Formats: sequence, C-alpha cells, structure tokens
Amino acid sequence: MNKKYLKTIYILFKKELMSYFNSPIAYIIIGVFLVVGNWLFFKNFFIFGEASMRDYFSLLPWIFLFLAPALTMRLWAEEKKTGTVEFLLTLPVTDWQVVLAKFLGSLVFMFISLLLTITIPISLANLGDIDMGPIIGGYLGSLFLGGAYLSLGLFISSLTKNQIIAFVLGLVASFVAFIIGSDFLLLGVPNFLAGIMKFLGLGSHFYNISKGVIDSKDVIYYLSFIFIFLWLNSQVIKKRGWK
Amino acid sequence: MIEIKNLTKKFGNNTILDSISFSVKKGEILGFLGPNGAGKTTTMKIITSFWLPTGGDIEVDGKSVLHNSILTRSKIGYLPETVPLYEDMRVFEYLKFIAEIRGIEKDDIKKRIREVIEDCGLKQVVKKPIEELSKGYRQRVGLAQAIMHEPDILILDEPTTGLDPNQIVEIRDLIKKLGKEKTVIFSTHILSEVSATCDRAIIINKGKIASEGTPEEITRKASGQEILYIKIKGSREAVLQKLERLENVEKVEEKDKESENVYGYNVYPKIGVDLREYLSMTVMQSGWSILEFNRKSVTLEDVFRELTK
Repeated sequence: MNKKYLKTIYILFKKELMSYFNSPIAYIIIGVFLVVGNWLFFKNFFIFGEASMRDYFSLLPWIFLFLAPALTMRLWAEEKKTGTVEFLLTLPVTDWQVVLAKFLGSLVFMFISLLLTITIPISLANLGDIDMGPIIGGYLGSLFLGGAYLSLGLFISSLTKNQIIAFVLGLVASFVAFIIGSDFLLLGVPNFLAGIMKFLGLGSHFYNISKGVIDSKDVIYYLSFIFIFLWLNSQVIKKRGWK
Repeated sequence: MIEIKNLTKKFGNNTILDSISFSVKKGEILGFLGPNGAGKTTTMKIITSFWLPTGGDIEVDGKSVLHNSILTRSKIGYLPETVPLYEDMRVFEYLKFIAEIRGIEKDDIKKRIREVIEDCGLKQVVKKPIEELSKGYRQRVGLAQAIMHEPDILILDEPTTGLDPNQIVEIRDLIKKLGKEKTVIFSTHILSEVSATCDRAIIINKGKIASEGTPEEITRKASGQEILYIKIKGSREAVLQKLERLENVEKVEEKDKESENVYGYNVYPKIGVDLREYLSMTVMQSGWSILEFNRKSVTLEDVFRELTK
C-alpha cells in the first residue's frame, strides 16, 4: 500500500464527507440524534441521580440502529439512482478504495456526532465525581458498534437503488445482528448454539467494552465484522450486476 | 490506439454485442452510429471499464482494459450519456475533486481548473450548485470533467442530445478542437453530426458492425451516391442505349412506365460528377422530350435507415 493509494482514498473520503455537509439532511440527522439521546438520558438521570453514563451507553445502540442506516442509505443507492456511480467507477480508482472511502466518510461523520455528545460527560463532571474509565470505554465501544452498523448498512445500500429500502433493510439487519446474542433470545436455544449466537451478536461485545473492559477478542470481533461486510460490498461493486 | 477484439456482451440470453472488432487510430475522431439499443453505449461502458465484457477484450495503447484497468482508465476521459454529476456540489468544488482524483499535481490544480473553465465556457457558473445548471451547462461541466487530466482518449456518449441548435454547434466545435490532439470516439444518432465532425464512422446495428469508413465511403458503399430521375418521351430501347453509353454514367435503369414511349429512368452518375446539364442536352439533341427531371441525393440518413432496418 503506497502513498498514492492512500491519497486516492483520502480524496474520495473528502468528497464523501463534503457531500454529507452539503446536504441539509446531515444536520437534521445530527440534530435529532443529539436531542433524542440527551432527552432520553436526562429524563431518567435526575430520578436516579447517579453521575455515570451507563444508561446513556445502553441507549446508544438503539439510537444507532436508526442513525447508522440513515447515514449509509444514500451512499450507494443514490450514486446508482443518479448514475454517478458510472462516473465514479470509471475513474482510475479500485473498487476497494471507493468502498473504504465511503465507509470512512460515514464513520467520521458518526464520530463527529458522538463528539457533540461531549456535553453529557462535561455536565456530569460538574455534578459529581465521575469514573472516566467506563466513559472512555463507552465511547470507544460505541464507535466500534457504530462502525459495524455502518459497514452493514453500506453493504445493503449497494444492493438497491432505493434509499428508503436501504434504510429499512439496514435497520432490520442491524437490529438482528445486535440482538442475536441477547440473553432474552438465548433462553430457548440449545447451549452450543447459544454460545455461537452470543459470540456473533454485536450487542454482547458492546457491553464488555462499554463497561470499560477492552478485550482484544472484542476488538478483533468488531474489526472482522466490519471487514467482512466491506469485502462483500466490494464484491457487489465488482460485479456491477445492475443495469 | 484502441483495439477492440471480438467484443461480446450478453445479459442472460440477450446478446447486446456480438463479437465486434474495430480499431481507432491516434488522433482520429470516430463517429459511432446506430439506433437506440444497438450496443453503442455498451461498447463505451466496456472501453471505460464500467462493465466487463462477456467475451473478447479491448486494448488501449496495447494494454488490456481487463488486466490493466487502472492504467487504461487514467488515459481516458469519459462523458456518459446521462451526464451524471454530483448535484449537491458547486461547479468549482466538483472540478477541484476531479483534478485531485485525476492526480494533477497540487501546484498545477488551480491553473488547470482555470484552463478547463476557459475551454468549456463555464466562467459564469463556477459558483453555482450543479443542480441549478441548465442542460447546456451540465453538458459542458461533463466535458470539463472528461478533459481535466488531458487524456489521450475521449469517449463521449451522445454529447449533443437534448441541446438546442446553438449549443450543439458549440459542443461540436469543442469536440473538433479537442480532436486535433486527441483520439475521440463519440456516439450519436444525428447523422449530419458525423459528416460534420468525424474522420471515420462506424454504424452498428443489433450488436454487429453494419458499415465502416469515412462518411463518404459509407454513403458510397451503400448505394450510388446520387440518382437522377428523368422521364423521357421516346423509344425505350433507343433511350436506354443512348444513356448507357454516355460518359460518366455508371448505370441506367428503367424505373416506371407512364404510357407507350413514356418511361421514367434512374440514372446513376459517377461520384462527384454533375451530369444534369449534359444529360438534358443529350436528350434534347436526340429529339426526345423531357417530361420530368429531378435529382435525389443519397444521404447518410438513407444509408443509416437502409442498414438498420
């Protein structure tokens, strides 16, 4: 991987990020994300009066279920619908570079949205003593989980020309991937299957990290999940099976 | 410069391109003609590596578009038929992105963008969002995008459709200007455009090459270029004998019969010879009379319709 290869990804990435900020939808998405997240959190916060973000990070996966597909739905679907995909994929760039650039663009946008929630730990720090470990872990875990949702949503967007379909399918797929390892589902499942499901589910790995325990197993799990869907995505693009 | 070898493309059982082969020389402007659905766009999409062929290959400067795609793509500037542009970008943002992704050196980017804006007449719209542009300006932005990296090869898919007559002339002039240094392939179904701009034309129909050559050659190949229809009152045998022996006449055929001794004839003169005056004088001098006389030129349109029926 040489310098020119990375530079191409960077230029494509800039274009992706710019197209988020050129559209009003992005600002609406950030706005809704912040309002809903803060409101749901602070609604209960004063009842329990505990200076921790644990509740916030248990909410976040559910909010991300909507945020992530909203960010990825148009990435391929719109290019296909307007035909710009033909222009994009006849540039001297590899399919893999384009897929990576789109993923990184959405990830950085999500990262920016997360950065804007920094008001929450700042308020908490003013209200009482806080334990920074779980907070940092929570943010890190959210980023991994978000990345997994995004890679899944991006892949689904490459399968359709219709943004709404991409959004709904992305949401459903992320939901399934998230709950597949949850205790509630595992109750009626034989033991050996339960172990596999628990390992496959996005959720169980998230709770480990958000407790502040960063295990290389979880990190590798997330990175593999992301890689697999980005790879599948590049295979779809390579086939260019649409007309 | 571009070698197309036995190119085949199928979608399921539907054959779009049926093993076509042709080559384009450096510096040539090639007009690509054919009815809708003939395979023009498909060929272009394969040259530019958007689609993979089902069979065959294309070489650009001796390099296969299948195996050295990134290299061949960097030598080609491409304007797809639908002129897809990023609607939410402003013109200069878009051009800057193109310049960067096409690998133009950082110090030269500004200069090159300025040149392209100049060449394509985009000065008035540089700050506008692309979604607000008129069709003519969109086309120019599309062209600007295609020529940004000064490619050796330009592939333009119906670059003049949907433009008004003034814009068509402008784009055509631009293509001609660019064609002086570059190899250009452009598709169209406006036939006068081919005669006006191209060095060479290829007519394809149902995925096969129907005819190939300079516009004149194609017209000539298809039929006798010009037909003189003349209705003469006089003995049929004598008239035929006389006309067939005339200088510069390729062929004479009887077309219709009005009454006894009144026949219509098609006279095919040699290419580039205006036979009207000589023909009418000869007929008069022979003591016959001309009842009708007209000239019918075979145009590329006729050939096109003939070939793609």
